[in-house]
Amino acid sequence: MSDERLSRRTLLSATTALFGLVGTADARTVTGLPYLGNEVYPPTQARPGPWLFFTADEAAAVEAIVDRLIPPDDLSPGGKDSGCAIFIDRQLAGPYGRNEGMYMQGPWSTSPLPTQGYQNQLNFAEQYRRGLAGLAAHVARNFGNRKVQQLSAEELDRLITSMEKREANTPEFNGSNFFELIYNNTMEGFFADPIYGGNKDMVGWRLIGFPGTRYDYRDVIAQPNRRYTLPPVSLIGRPEWDRPAASQGARG
Amino acid sequence: MRRLPRKDAVIIGLGWTGAIMGYELCQAGLQVVALERGPWRDTASDFNIGTAPDELRYGIRGELFVNNSQDTVTARNTLDQVALPIRKWGSFLPGNGVGGAGVHWNGHTWRFLPSDFNIRSHYLERYGEGIFPENHMIQDWGVSYDELEPYYDKFEYLAGISGQAGNIKGQIQPGGNPFEGWRSRAYPTPPLKGQHAQDIFTKAATELGFKPFPLPSANMSQAYTNPLGVTLAPCSYCGFCERFGCANYSKSSPQTTILPVLMRHPGFEARVQCEVVRVLKSADGKTATGVVYVDAQGEEYEQPADLVIMAAYQLWNVRLMLYSGIGKPYDPSSGEGVVGKNYAYQANSAVNGFFDNTHAFNHWAGAGSLGTTADEYNGDNFDHGGLNFVGGANINCTSFHARAISARPVPPGTPRWGSAWKKATRDNYNITANVGSQGSVMSFRDNYLDLDPTYKDRLGRPLLRMTFDFKPNEERMSAYVTEKMVPIMRAMGAKQIVATPKKGPWNVVPYQTTHNTGGAVMGDNPRTSAINKYLQVWDMPNVFVLGASAFPQNAGYNPTGTVGALTYHAADAIINQYLKNPGQPLVQA
Repeated sequence: MSDERLSRRTLLSATTALFGLVGTADARTVTGLPYLGNEVYPPTQARPGPWLFFTADEAAAVEAIVDRLIPPDDLSPGGKDSGCAIFIDRQLAGPYGRNEGMYMQGPWSTSPLPTQGYQNQLNFAEQYRRGLAGLAAHVARNFGNRKVQQLSAEELDRLITSMEKREANTPEFNGSNFFELIYNNTMEGFFADPIYGGNKDMVGWRLIGFPGTRYDYRDVIAQPNRRYTLPPVSLIGRPEWDRPAASQGARG
Repeated sequence: MRRLPRKDAVIIGLGWTGAIMGYELCQAGLQVVALERGPWRDTASDFNIGTAPDELRYGIRGELFVNNSQDTVTARNTLDQVALPIRKWGSFLPGNGVGGAGVHWNGHTWRFLPSDFNIRSHYLERYGEGIFPENHMIQDWGVSYDELEPYYDKFEYLAGISGQAGNIKGQIQPGGNPFEGWRSRAYPTPPLKGQHAQDIFTKAATELGFKPFPLPSANMSQAYTNPLGVTLAPCSYCGFCERFGCANYSKSSPQTTILPVLMRHPGFEARVQCEVVRVLKSADGKTATGVVYVDAQGEEYEQPADLVIMAAYQLWNVRLMLYSGIGKPYDPSSGEGVVGKNYAYQANSAVNGFFDNTHAFNHWAGAGSLGTTADEYNGDNFDHGGLNFVGGANINCTSFHARAISARPVPPGTPRWGSAWKKATRDNYNITANVGSQGSVMSFRDNYLDLDPTYKDRLGRPLLRMTFDFKPNEERMSAYVTEKMVPIMRAMGAKQIVATPKKGPWNVVPYQTTHNTGGAVMGDNPRTSAINKYLQVWDMPNVFVLGASAFPQNAGYNPTGTVGALTYHAADAIINQYLKNPGQPLVQA
């Protein structure tokens, strides 16, 4: 029994519990309910620290962009302080960056229909590497030989708008593709569970009023059309729970 | 290849249909093995409360779905296009592992209308041949609602469905669906409680002359112990249902209704991470002798069996038939052949309403099937005279989640980023409601499935190729029904209304619905159907093909209730007819 558990554990930690199950898991015959006590498969928690995928220059550019996509203002912290770049970095260093779990066999069409979805031979990590290099060259050409992270907020907004509106597409740099990629990942980071490195202190959830992973709302259902006032909870609890007992409020 | 000891029955796939059939056959005394290509999954380990409510992992990255590197389909809209692989699921999300899509579904559990089953003859009689669209392949099911009623009942009581009956033995019941076919008794559990959106929808729709009723739900309104002795717990409205496993034991699934009994049955065993690659046939090609499967280490095994039950998801049933040479493949140019024909889907539409601050919808306190429905424009519940389309849609108002990555509606024209986006996102998050429609899709000569000429799976087998588009018939139906939904939203009090009727071309990216149907359709004639009314292959009587692959076209409802009923109907026929005279067709061609 312990061997079986070990093999499944090993498998899951090797794939960060995301995809990659094909060809590595053991086939087995199951009779009875093969339940093993306390066997659960949590994701790996992203922790602050050195960049795992980005170079320092890449990270600075990504932080500059996510902080304009989600700017700091009186409604919430921005994309940078809420950890969106950390989120993207950790995702790209993991199975997502390698497109694990996606069908990546050729041949690769050069003229897919708009209805046929993702047809990019590069995995997401490669798309970032090339996209950020292309963006750096584009910015150097068009913004007086500077780097992305050296642009003012207004200049960054102009740059991002041109990418979004497909005005920054050249043979060397597909600005609109790169915009969609970083845009989607930024929103994922800002609104995903903070266990993945973004949405720090659940700022994204507090902004909109999403209560997170409380899992039982029978009290809410009993009284429709009322504003909910309890603070959100995530898979890693709430930040207040990590602080010294003296400053800790009731566990709401 | 290692040859294993013979079994009475081999079941391919251990989702809803495989688990139901497995239990019924074991109870009849058969020795049964189920082969499941995905992993073992159960509630305590895989859908634990400390890990289950994770939108990124399950809702966005899709951990419970078939891994696309293991299997996918290629897709195109028309015959003259080159199909390309769906590299990451989008429009639909096939399930993987024990429990199948029955793990991650929302739990809408419907019966189709009586006239859905004889749709061809019903419309012909009422409207004449002219009602049918160009190039249609619409056909009767070969089974009637009356024949299926006891089996709908059996599935609903297995799964503990929460709902309000509308028609008990012909007596119309207040608060239920007055259009539904008769049912022999009430639902096993009362309906779920509604949210604010359902309250104002019910009021608005009633004022407009609709007869709204609670959506029949596989999320439990109260604790329920089913006839197998398995107990489900009350739903806690967590808002992590579709795309997720339930940590509460409150969503009906094979795990929460059958497997706890089936897995301990002495006649049953399951082998997981074992993918069936083909069905073996006798020398004369008239009998299946077993299956060949590959385990996760790449070892091949032959599993001989007297009965072969194909219980995979709709797509994979069709593909395995094509691989194995069971039934004649369909050819769209001649219209001949039966395997792959009549692929259909679902034509859904939406009307979004943006309200003022007097409303707090709290959709995050939702359940997969928490909703109110009106059936006035479904099936042939309304006069199609002069409308120029076949079919219809149910109209619903649901509160099933407001997860933060995917459910942040903003009015059209809102910037996608920056401070203006942020403000609009905050302001609209909790004051937006939706009225949706779930529409039928008819069958057409050039919507079909076959094997792709180019792309292969990891074992070197051709991928399934899907050729599909929404036709003018479905676009007209969706436009018509969506137009009926707008006044409801207006009466609900929305300040701004955005209506989105279904239009082609079908796109593989945005999620639409995992209601893929057809390809191995049932009927009363072996020339036009692959299987008979008992889901038995016409020209290979010891093979049964379960699931929505049997639907000759799709109705304006979620398929699972009908899939469950057809499975129990087939199980009854196997046990009480087939096994007394094995190897013989249950219906004479």
